[in-house]
Amino acid sequence: MEFLSALISQPFLQNALLAGLLASIGCGIMGTYVVVKRINFLAGGIAHSVLGGMGVAYFFGKSPIAGAIVAAIIAALVIGWVSLKWQENEDTIIAAIWSVGMAIGVIFIAKTPGYSVDLMSYLFGNILMVSGKGVLLMLLLDIFLVAIVMLFYKQLLAVCFDEEFARLRGVNVTFFYLLLLCMVALTVVLLIQVVGIILVIALLTLPAAIALQYQGSLLRIMITAVLLGAIFTSGGLALSYEPDLPAGATIILIAGSTYLLSTIAKGLLKPKPRVDDMG
Amino acid sequence: MTGNAIIAIDEVSFSYNGPAVLDKVNLFVRQGEFLGLVGPNGGGKSTLLKIILGLLSPAKGEIFVLGKPPKKGRAVIGYVPQYAAFERNFPITVEETVLLGRVGKTRMLWRYCVDDHHSVNVALQKCEINNLRHRRLNTLSGGQFQRVLIARALVSDPEILILDEPTANIDLRVEENIFDLLKKLNVHSTIIVVSHDIGFISEYVTRVACLNRTLVCHETAAISGKSIEELYGVSVHMIQHAH
Repeated sequence: MEFLSALISQPFLQNALLAGLLASIGCGIMGTYVVVKRINFLAGGIAHSVLGGMGVAYFFGKSPIAGAIVAAIIAALVIGWVSLKWQENEDTIIAAIWSVGMAIGVIFIAKTPGYSVDLMSYLFGNILMVSGKGVLLMLLLDIFLVAIVMLFYKQLLAVCFDEEFARLRGVNVTFFYLLLLCMVALTVVLLIQVVGIILVIALLTLPAAIALQYQGSLLRIMITAVLLGAIFTSGGLALSYEPDLPAGATIILIAGSTYLLSTIAKGLLKPKPRVDDMG
Repeated sequence: MTGNAIIAIDEVSFSYNGPAVLDKVNLFVRQGEFLGLVGPNGGGKSTLLKIILGLLSPAKGEIFVLGKPPKKGRAVIGYVPQYAAFERNFPITVEETVLLGRVGKTRMLWRYCVDDHHSVNVALQKCEINNLRHRRLNTLSGGQFQRVLIARALVSDPEILILDEPTANIDLRVEENIFDLLKKLNVHSTIIVVSHDIGFISEYVTRVACLNRTLVCHETAAISGKSIEELYGVSVHMIQHAH
């Protein structure tokens, strides 16, 4: 109740709620691709490389979000290219970009003259600090993501389901795979403001992973994941407000517990597979 | 010799950074043929298919699909990969899977059009799986799944149908059903099928190409214990199947 009255009177809470809802759209849609294509580790590499871009941007007095976007896109293109052309070394390259990105970030932030930036806010995020400009940026990114997914739904599905067949049907697999990773990268940047780098993968994957347990097509998983994300972010915000808990961590705990309960329930209620043979 | 060949493979050699997997392979596939490609594991069957499909380029030799290089000619090929390699839990229905065969033929942006859905209906009917259209792939049996992959290949109206081990891990009764279906499809399409079971496919195909690094072609009537022995390098017993 206290949360609801504060929500009406406090613009920063309204911003936070809006940011949570907008982040749910991006992470629900892109998280679906991450989960069905099984590229969680790859998304993790992109997320952590972002710190490098932010650190460099801080050092040169530029916008940290711009630095994050540039770093995320470069990481997505490098990892994606390696994954397509040099698959046996994919894990090593992701691990290298993951750790080197963070190391660059730590060094540049430490050497930034004037003031020291609180690294914790990037690692764990702070949804209550999201500005009006940040919300607008998230809205634009969501519009971009939704537009691309609607226009190229067939091609993205073809690449996720069967790359080889997609290539034979004339789909430019390299282009659409890299586009997909760049969209994941942008979503990661968008989410970092809300829950931080450490928790970004959880919010990207948990709603979609829960949705996957109940839905049988990509589109339905996306819609369900967006709705679940909206419930988790607004629920986490409300629950964390009164006891003054970190909002990002509360959101993830709710998402994580729901995933755990859903997995257990699904295991207990599992129907016998419906398989009949007709040849 | 290449005059009426729908696929012409001329002196093709290939290796994966090591010993030759294919060595001076010549194969000319005629329109309307039902060709069985057999040979031992590692004999180069899948590699040859990938070269025909333009997924690999030969180190030496030339290959043409309808007179064009594979990357340009492959639009007329319907390809059915080995079903065992698939991620069966992918969230996709039978209808969506078959629709993916229209990508590249339909409009690039936005959704599928009415023609695509019509082609899917025809392909599902040909493969006798119309009743499965809303089912998820992970609820299908091996034989049903194989029919879905054949429907996905058929939906783009291909002139050539290429199938890689379509009946591996499928029981004999279902295997017969699949080959009966292929026999019907052969009326309109040229078919190349890779198989490990030379005895079984010889009942269906018009010609057998035996591949073990090099290639030897036989009309099906000419297959003997001696030719199989040469191919596999071990002595064999011929057992007559009654189908």
